[in-house]
Amino acid sequence: MTSSATMPQPVSFGRRVKRFMADRPLVPLIILLVILVVILQILRPGIVNERWLANTVKFAIPLAILAGCQTMTMLTGGIDLSVGTVATMSAFIMATQIVNQDPAVAFLLAMMPAVLIGLINGIGVGVFRVHPLIMTLGTSLIGTGCLQVYQRTVIASGAKIPDFLNWLGTGLTYGFPNALLLFVPLAVLIVFTLRRTGFGRLLYAVGDNERAARLSGVRYWQVITALYVISSLLAGITGLLYIGLIKAPSLSLAEPLVLPSVAAAVIGGTSIFGGRGGYTGTIIGALILTVLTTLLTILQMPEGARRILFGLIVLFVTAAYLRIVEER
Amino acid sequence: MTRFLRNQGWVAGLFALFVLLFVLTKLIQPGYGSGDFGSLVRAVLPYAFAVAAQTVVVIAGGIDLSVAAMMALTSVTAASMMNGASEEYALFVVPFVLAMGLVLGALNGILIVVTRVPDIVVTLATLFVLQGAALLVLGAPGGAAADWLKASIVGTLPIPGLPDNIDAWVPKALVLLVVCLCIIWIPLRRSKLGLSIYAIGSSELAAFRSGVPVARTRIIAYALSGLFAAMGGLALTMSTGIGAPIPGPYLLASVAAVVLGGVALGGGKGGLLGPIVAVFVLRLVRTDLTLLAIDPNVTAIIEGAIMVAVVMFGAFITIRGRPAGAMP
Repeated sequence: MTSSATMPQPVSFGRRVKRFMADRPLVPLIILLVILVVILQILRPGIVNERWLANTVKFAIPLAILAGCQTMTMLTGGIDLSVGTVATMSAFIMATQIVNQDPAVAFLLAMMPAVLIGLINGIGVGVFRVHPLIMTLGTSLIGTGCLQVYQRTVIASGAKIPDFLNWLGTGLTYGFPNALLLFVPLAVLIVFTLRRTGFGRLLYAVGDNERAARLSGVRYWQVITALYVISSLLAGITGLLYIGLIKAPSLSLAEPLVLPSVAAAVIGGTSIFGGRGGYTGTIIGALILTVLTTLLTILQMPEGARRILFGLIVLFVTAAYLRIVEER
Repeated sequence: MTRFLRNQGWVAGLFALFVLLFVLTKLIQPGYGSGDFGSLVRAVLPYAFAVAAQTVVVIAGGIDLSVAAMMALTSVTAASMMNGASEEYALFVVPFVLAMGLVLGALNGILIVVTRVPDIVVTLATLFVLQGAALLVLGAPGGAAADWLKASIVGTLPIPGLPDNIDAWVPKALVLLVVCLCIIWIPLRRSKLGLSIYAIGSSELAAFRSGVPVARTRIIAYALSGLFAAMGGLALTMSTGIGAPIPGPYLLASVAAVVLGGVALGGGKGGLLGPIVAVFVLRLVRTDLTLLAIDPNVTAIIEGAIMVAVVMFGAFITIRGRPAGAMP
């Protein structure tokens, strides 16, 4: 025992690097992010500047928040595919209600469907124990239908983007995107909740071993219902932010973000089976995906080839990451 | 008999629901006849194959998010190959496209087995890849289909010895569907391979310890899913006469019908008949709503609500049926 302590076994450099990375799963992700940025700089010298940085962050933030929804639900072994619809609904309702209503009233109206869908999701998953994938797909279908019906009623009044959301979505202050004002506290709150609060620990416990959690007195349905309502609320807020960024309300506004948000959470190291992962990895995952999209756009590939590459890279990164982390 | 009913109770209930809906349709539209039934079956055809593709994988304990994209790719491949080609050339196209589906599906399975990435993420990645490939094959809806292929799902199949008024209720599309599914499903169900598929879905560890080649079975399950999806793609080309590179709403519909059809999402339970009846039920609901002259957008809401309600009800029954204290 003592001899091995004083004379450590010679460990090859490769293994040491691997072990180091396995202990700090964030390191390989950051390295990947840096590599992507370097490739970008090599392909288009001079593109990586302050403006580009601000732009990337701006586009990564909505994705990162939605990926936060996925991270939290995945920790319990679930998934929330209704985030795209919820975000779109909030954005669309905000943009159309602001025309005639007080901003505060419009905001409350915009958040209503989010709470409602979150509640239905939570009750379905927590009380009736429907598979989260099905439940959230179903509610997103209902939500889209409701939105289409709603669109008819407001077709005459038109839509406008409130100045405040415009400022939040696209504005810069001293070179920093204003959206960070929303995102940084939100991210800190999520990380703090997951790491330091009882609710966060309950999420990990439920995802790790639901039966054990239940037997030790966790009220499963309450945790799940709260979780899905929070997830939906976050998605609603993302919708408001995203409409300020995109500036064109449509019925499929945030829909393209749904699958990448799942990918971002998975790349960030959250296990889709629950119990393992965290939000910091997810944020970097969202940044990686955003930089990747820019990279593929700059290569001027046809849309088809871009999607192929996107899929392959997501798969490759996830596989490589699993290899590194699981080799303990 | 009671045992049969207990085992097939869900399917029998679904079938009763289908008959009930059919009577309801007759009440709404007294003129609803064999011709309308034929067009219902034609509309169901691609959905039914998508559902079959999803069912095989779900029984094996997985999920395939790439079903709709696979159908889009096989559909555009078939349509662009047959464009301007002779009628006989289609004889070569059909087996080629089916083989393509089989190989791509197997690729899905191989990726899942080799990379050890969760199936939901792998098929999400292949969804992007297949979608991209479909866009590369055909940038916009187009192509053509051989006339005999198009004719093979239109009209009815004259069966000797049957009176015409009964014969009118046997559309060619239905015969095609039943034959295609039976040729693959019945031998599979009776073979060792079929048993292995159920075994790995029920408990991978138990299957492994009883000597089931888990990896090979999983790959074959995904290959079969690809084959069914390719049939669905061909059915799309046959019914529309063209190929469209943008995937239709088949992913959501397939998952919904699988759950409605009594196949547990955890795997290992259910059969192919239930989901197929379920997809007929879902389509007939849509027909009824259209006949009632309900706004198509409201139809989407109702469809989603039905799906969610049925799934909740099914889950509720499963909880009640389980002995007290035993939680999943």
